[in-house]
Amino acid sequence: MDLYEYQGRDVFEKHGLPVLAGGVAETPEEARAIAERLGGRVVVKAQVKVGGRGKAGGVKLAADADEAYARANDILGMDIKGHTVHKVMLAETANIAEEYYFSYLLDRANRTFLCIASVAGGMEIETVAEEQPEKVAKIAIDANRGVDEALAREIVTAGHFPAEVADQVVAIAVDLWKTFIAEDATLVEVNPLAKTAEGRVLCLDAKVTLDENAGFRHADHEALEDKAAVDPLEQAAKAKDLNYVKLDGEVGIIGNGAGLVMSTLDVVAYAGEQFGGVKPANFLDIGGGASAEVMANGLEIVLSDPAVKSVFVNVFGGITACDAVANGIVQALAMLEGRGEQVTKPLVVRLDGNNAEAGRAILDGANNPLVERVDTMDGAAKRAAELAAAGK
Amino acid sequence: MAIWLTKDSKVIVQGMTGSEGSKHTRRMLKAGTNIVGGVNPRKAGTTVDFDGTEVPVFGSVADAMKETGADVTVIFVPPAFTKGAVVEAIDAGIGLAVVITEGVPVHDSAAFWAHAVATGNKTRIIGPNCPGVASPGASNAGIIPADISGSGRIGLVSKSGTLTYQLMYELRDIGFSTAVGIGGDPIIGTTHIDALAAFQDDPETDAIVMIGEIGGDAEERAAEFIKAHVTKPVVGYIAGFTAPPGKTMGHAGAIISGSSGTADAKKEALEAAGVKVGKTPSETARLMREIMSGL
Repeated sequence: MDLYEYQGRDVFEKHGLPVLAGGVAETPEEARAIAERLGGRVVVKAQVKVGGRGKAGGVKLAADADEAYARANDILGMDIKGHTVHKVMLAETANIAEEYYFSYLLDRANRTFLCIASVAGGMEIETVAEEQPEKVAKIAIDANRGVDEALAREIVTAGHFPAEVADQVVAIAVDLWKTFIAEDATLVEVNPLAKTAEGRVLCLDAKVTLDENAGFRHADHEALEDKAAVDPLEQAAKAKDLNYVKLDGEVGIIGNGAGLVMSTLDVVAYAGEQFGGVKPANFLDIGGGASAEVMANGLEIVLSDPAVKSVFVNVFGGITACDAVANGIVQALAMLEGRGEQVTKPLVVRLDGNNAEAGRAILDGANNPLVERVDTMDGAAKRAAELAAAGK
Repeated sequence: MAIWLTKDSKVIVQGMTGSEGSKHTRRMLKAGTNIVGGVNPRKAGTTVDFDGTEVPVFGSVADAMKETGADVTVIFVPPAFTKGAVVEAIDAGIGLAVVITEGVPVHDSAAFWAHAVATGNKTRIIGPNCPGVASPGASNAGIIPADISGSGRIGLVSKSGTLTYQLMYELRDIGFSTAVGIGGDPIIGTTHIDALAAFQDDPETDAIVMIGEIGGDAEERAAEFIKAHVTKPVVGYIAGFTAPPGKTMGHAGAIISGSSGTADAKKEALEAAGVKVGKTPSETARLMREIMSGL
């Protein structure tokens, strides 16, 4: 889960990192009140989970509270790379003398963590790494040893930080590592890490990504999720513990296993090329044990998407037996009708693997005119795409 | 002979007395796996009956190894206890630890991996969030259904469980030496490269199926490895060509970040290494079928 900057700032503050006072506003009035509390002169920053907001006009200075009102009014509602701005962060201003870069992140390739530090900050670190690789220090961190003061000092030396800020950056490196560990983060990025004209080093931005698998030991993380920004279908699916991602096509997809469902999306997209470019409408993995109830919940979500014109249920019975899945589909359709849902969209079902014959016989026996059985993945994808194109 | 798991493997199960653990212990026994014990400190000294087979429960991995000579452990404990279970297995010095558990925090995986490295990599770790290893007809450590395919001369390594089953099913008449599900998490113990190297050296494997998916650059690195070290034919499949960037697709590691981790980049890298990449699972199976009939 990616956090907004203002949430990242809060997390940094909680762990003792030097940040500027700030607050978040959803209206220009709130922005004015926060600016007054902060002493008038503030920077107003669009809160979007995408880079390049400064260039897009999403970061403005305001000399006083009235101007903060006006700038917030300009920025709220802006579209930045497809993200609508619903919140602005207001923060005290700083006289920036120098901008650095500092982050800890997951290094998948080396199965450990990585520190990236550079005296060239304030721009995309990828750009710096490409244009001035000598200015970017990358140091692998042993997950069990972590970052103590001695290692922090090595990082500061490797990153060529000036001597006059070394002690401050060392302290920040240690505290940022503590934050990274304490919050189960997979990324903590400070860009810029700034030196002010007065010589103080401050974290002027905060990019934090949290590991959702670690949610069970962070009761406070759930509140950081921006429910309003999540697609309503994704939200409904999450409430039912379904692994669902909304996409922008017309063929609803239900399958078992993340890899198989991703593969199903691809196969449907290829098949759709023959039928006016219909595409998958969603990713939905109902997992190993597809009970009738899970199938009903899944079907309910997928069928409630107005963009969906046909549904492809693609199950390979591994541990799950296909007869159980077939019963699940039949019962799910009955359950939905029992809930008062009018099911009118065609379903193409492909069952293969464990007890496939028995499962197919159950579907045939149920004789539901909406359910069509196709026994290969490619054939079923093609049929589902064809039906979706016909329903458009 | 297969890789890593043979008919001589002596397998214990950490978390055997839990619901998932007991369900799959029963299935593994049925598949012919030599299960010699379970581990649960609170139930040490008891036995569990699986359809007439009495399996003893030990207080620790070390005790189980001392009493039974176990060399493989399959771990089914919940995410909060997985790190502890893997560290215990490493400290006991077991040869292979197969971590089935899904939802392990990545800091915990990083920690047990760092511990494995610091103690000399004596334990091969597979997973977490994986279906395990199956050497059809010999042994089965994990949750791969044993009756999909018989034994044969194809080796398979995959990030995805159900795609493993799908490919095994499509090629069941040819059969597999070993199928390894390495898991879809961002940090995993055994990689595509480890499995490719083992299959290359395995006299009972003639060709290799490699299944990848979006996220990270493991497939690209595997492609480099294939180019330099693998002489046996490799057929590849990548899932997630139509996945949008920035969205986690089911597996914790299946995410395109910016422009990195795309299916296209992986496919290109594999093809540049001489790997035939199928567009769909069925086409992938067809490519492998052609190779096997030409050998």
